[in-house]
Amino acid sequence: MSNGPLQIKAISGHAGPVPGRDTSRDYDVCKLIDVTTCIGCKACEVACLEWNGYPFRETVFDNTYQTMPDLAWNYYNLIRFNEHVDEDGSLSWLMRKDQCMHCAEPGCLMACPADGAIVQYTNGIVDFHQENCIGCQYCVTGCPFNIPKFNSATKKIHKCTLCSDRVGAGLEPACIKACPTGCLHFGTKDDMKDLAGTRVKQLHEHTAHKNAGIYDPPGVGGTHVMYVLHDINHPERYGGLPKDPQIPWTVRMWKGPLKWIGDLAMAAGIVGLAAHYIRFGSKKIEEQPKEAPK
Amino acid sequence: MSAASTVPPMSAAGEIERYTFRERLMHWLTGLTYLYCLATGLAFYSPHLFWLADVLGGGPTSRFWHPIVGIAFLMCTLWMNSLWHRDMEITETDKRWLDRTENYAANRDDLVPPQERFNAGQKLFYWLMLYGALLLLLSGVFLWIPEYIPRQTAWVRGLMVLVHEIAALATIGGFLIHVYMGIFLVPGSMTAITTGYVSRAWARAHHRFWYMRVTGGGQREE
Repeated sequence: MSNGPLQIKAISGHAGPVPGRDTSRDYDVCKLIDVTTCIGCKACEVACLEWNGYPFRETVFDNTYQTMPDLAWNYYNLIRFNEHVDEDGSLSWLMRKDQCMHCAEPGCLMACPADGAIVQYTNGIVDFHQENCIGCQYCVTGCPFNIPKFNSATKKIHKCTLCSDRVGAGLEPACIKACPTGCLHFGTKDDMKDLAGTRVKQLHEHTAHKNAGIYDPPGVGGTHVMYVLHDINHPERYGGLPKDPQIPWTVRMWKGPLKWIGDLAMAAGIVGLAAHYIRFGSKKIEEQPKEAPK
Repeated sequence: MSAASTVPPMSAAGEIERYTFRERLMHWLTGLTYLYCLATGLAFYSPHLFWLADVLGGGPTSRFWHPIVGIAFLMCTLWMNSLWHRDMEITETDKRWLDRTENYAANRDDLVPPQERFNAGQKLFYWLMLYGALLLLLSGVFLWIPEYIPRQTAWVRGLMVLVHEIAALATIGGFLIHVYMGIFLVPGSMTAITTGYVSRAWARAHHRFWYMRVTGGGQREE
């Protein structure tokens, strides 16, 4: 599929209007991850490192089938592993490909104070531009999925780009290409929804996963990475996928009402003090001694 | 400094020393560090003020130095506390002044009760900045090194952003009034904090009890 050049529709910390504001293309792009067919092979992790030019690194063995405990600034993509025992005693190995969810309403972008450090393209990709990043890590506070990671040497934040460079050139993300089981799909959001719906129906009809469903959380306006889960009622079993992710209320307060209340208060303060001077002038003192008031 | 027991020196023109060199140095270091944190902080606060960070060397530079200069500001504030805390205690005289703030604000100064070395307004500003600085540093640590704060306590970080912002806005309110009064409202106060000296008339008019104490001009009348 071809996206043509990437057009921006939202910019972090930006004072003026944004050309592509409130626009969207005929299609949003979307990655669909069908965790029910993931075998945890980690080919996507390798493909991600290769495409983004990061070195392979030692794994951290913690008695699971997970490469390391968490994502890192140079490790955008991690298969989370959880050994889950059901109420009926049955055991399942839950594998979930964890990476940036590319929210339609990104908390990172809302929290970011640096002009142009985070942008959202009209196709739905949320991308970090490290050359504008100031290293404040407010995006970490804004993200409900714990995705952005800090490089303490360069003081820059990194995360999955949904291979915006590849997608912009009409290619699919590197992880999609590497997946051997076909658990990863990439296309328009509508197409992915249809595909996910078909898969969920299949799971309902032909397997024991009667609670299978699509993870496309509305709290962040939907995401451009969707999951098909065996049990949509328990996303937290999949390595802590939040059930109802929201941009933290503190970030909404701070970037919402407190911003204009503060701006208004500061402006009113300056105007008020100027008005005071015009009305009352400066304090005069009498040069002649006078009795102290009793 | 315990101004209570010392009689400050006078200049040849009969002016009274109001601030020692150490106090003036402390004041201006506090002011300078606060100004830097204010400018860089406002840059992070509003996209419309982000140019302040550019003026001060760019966003990354401002982000790097803001917390460090913030610590310097807190140190200066604590230095100020060691020099002034005794002069800053709120007394009965201050309560009478605070009851008549509107007279002071409207420049009806004959109706304002006489004051000690610092008037109640200055004292309130002082305590606002001291507690504001403590709160800003406490909350600021969470914003400074979030990578060392475990994910389980991430909500604390969000809360600390709010605390940092509200504390900053409170100090900005006090700071605006302070600068306005120093530069525009009270002639002679800028000279006082730069050269250290005030005229006898200035001292008598604005801080009569202090004036009477340091010049030995009779017992303080309560």
